[in-house]
Amino acid sequence: MPVEQTQLLYRHRNVPGINRLDTYVAHGGYEQFRKAITMEPDAIIEEVKVSGLRGRGGAGFPTHIKWNAFPKNRDVEHYFIVNADEGEPGTAKDRDLMNALPHLLVEGCLCSMVAVRAAKCYIYIRGEYVEPWKSVQKAINEAYAAGFLGKNVLGSGLDFDIYTHLGAGAYECGEESALMSSLMGERGMPRLKPPAAPLPMISGVWKRPSVVNNVETAATIPAILELGGAKYSEIGVGSPRSRGTKLFSISGHVNKPGIYEIVLGTPFSEVLEIAGGVRDGHQLKTYIPGGSSMGFAPPTPMDYPFDYEGIPQNTQTLGLGSGGLMIFDETTDVFKVTHRLVDFYHHESCGKCTPCREGLDWLSKIYARIASGAGREQDIDLIWDICDSIRGKSFCALGEGAIWPVMTSLRLFRHEYLSYIHHGRNTYSDAGQLGA
Amino acid sequence: MAKFTDDTKRRLDALIARYPTSKAALLPALWVAQEVYGGWLPPEAMQEVADHLGVPASDVAGVATFYTMYNKRPVANHRIEICQNVACMVNGADELIGYCERKLGIHAGEMTSDGGFSVERVECLGACCHAPALMVGSTYYENATEQTIDKLIAELASMPSESVRPPQSQMPEQGEF
Repeated sequence: MPVEQTQLLYRHRNVPGINRLDTYVAHGGYEQFRKAITMEPDAIIEEVKVSGLRGRGGAGFPTHIKWNAFPKNRDVEHYFIVNADEGEPGTAKDRDLMNALPHLLVEGCLCSMVAVRAAKCYIYIRGEYVEPWKSVQKAINEAYAAGFLGKNVLGSGLDFDIYTHLGAGAYECGEESALMSSLMGERGMPRLKPPAAPLPMISGVWKRPSVVNNVETAATIPAILELGGAKYSEIGVGSPRSRGTKLFSISGHVNKPGIYEIVLGTPFSEVLEIAGGVRDGHQLKTYIPGGSSMGFAPPTPMDYPFDYEGIPQNTQTLGLGSGGLMIFDETTDVFKVTHRLVDFYHHESCGKCTPCREGLDWLSKIYARIASGAGREQDIDLIWDICDSIRGKSFCALGEGAIWPVMTSLRLFRHEYLSYIHHGRNTYSDAGQLGA
Repeated sequence: MAKFTDDTKRRLDALIARYPTSKAALLPALWVAQEVYGGWLPPEAMQEVADHLGVPASDVAGVATFYTMYNKRPVANHRIEICQNVACMVNGADELIGYCERKLGIHAGEMTSDGGFSVERVECLGACCHAPALMVGSTYYENATEQTIDKLIAELASMPSESVRPPQSQMPEQGEF
């Protein structure tokens, strides 16, 4: 029996006009905000805690822990910041959500702002996302006109403002502390993290209590308030620590690529089936479970729970990540895909720390040498050595994320590297096919 | 010569009002400047931003050079930016880039001699489920094919520049705060 795919966020995804306030309200929109504004902030955090919600951006950090770290008063301004700097290769869910359901994001932000006692929210949208930005800004304007934003909202005595902030093309700004730097008008470089520095919830942007949450995390809050935390926590068929539903962007060699809301813990084989399976006439060679930084997984096993715990236990990749599932069939040249990713991380490294800046520069050169046919067998050891110099030693997660696809592809597809080194081409992928 | 008009300054002031510090308005202000200066940021543009925001010109230059979407050189009228990242790559992005290069007679990263078009390789556009994807100005074209490129080039050839209409000018009016 396939897992019943409960739809929470995408329940009204295909209702015509759901991006407009009137249609959204006609489908129960802003009811949860009306409820939230009458609740004690800590009661909302408690519901989120009971729900088991974990950050949907990639790290899977429990949302309530961040929120509980805020001061329990309004002595200084608190900031709720939304990370809409979606740039992880393979990830396209936030774009779809902002285009199709901008009011769900606005309502989610409002509920979250009540919980963390924030009057101001910034939605940091990547520079390329002009359409989603317009969509969200239009929803914000409608929410102001309808009295959900502004002064003394719904007679509560509380003020709420949401601003959009457009980035300008920097993958690194998706990193929480770099995003905060960028929001303050600086180069998007990461900052020292706890325990060496205070928590952002104590001293974040402009040295005031701040939290950064992913678009999908914020958009999930209304569903949690509607169902109640306990009921939400019953959704999920895998690990007791992976609860609820998650948006997955499934791309690559599948018959029906797209964004799907999937119950956490659904077996990987079923997830693949939801996207129509591997394209007809081809077999699964490898896949990346949750955005390129998670690394490559072997084609077996397939019947394991696809959630925060199941993936790392069964595939030796980092995990669920952002939900950017990329499928590659047997025509794929995995060395070439990895080379492309190395060049990507090399380009996006912010340059702050030596392991990432220099390490990725060298990796990029070595990959280019192997691709040109001038590679040597020792280059494989050299790649391992450089990975070891980056692993656990880079200032932020970018360096760590960059080497996982490298290490996992070497572990699984060393023979493709050797093929380039010995024959100057990849004898393991069909050169006549796309992606070869 | 300064190009910021009273209207530009009014827009910048509205942006500054959204943040606790004027420096925080730097990224949106650079978008405005890039629009006013025809799609790129010459040193005078950065200086004008610095003067209006009251931040050191060196800080403005530091920020402008960090982010790839702020252009430090003049740009073509129409920039065809094709995603080269892996989801697009395994769906034929390299072939598409090659087609575009041959059609325009230039390499990726170059512009045509009349400044009409450029082809650029860009990183993940977040359109992985509709690959390959490309962007012209601020418009996405997904599931792109050679026909998409043919049609785009034919249509854009006689049209005014996309790149002088970067995002900030298309911003819907913000509500009352």
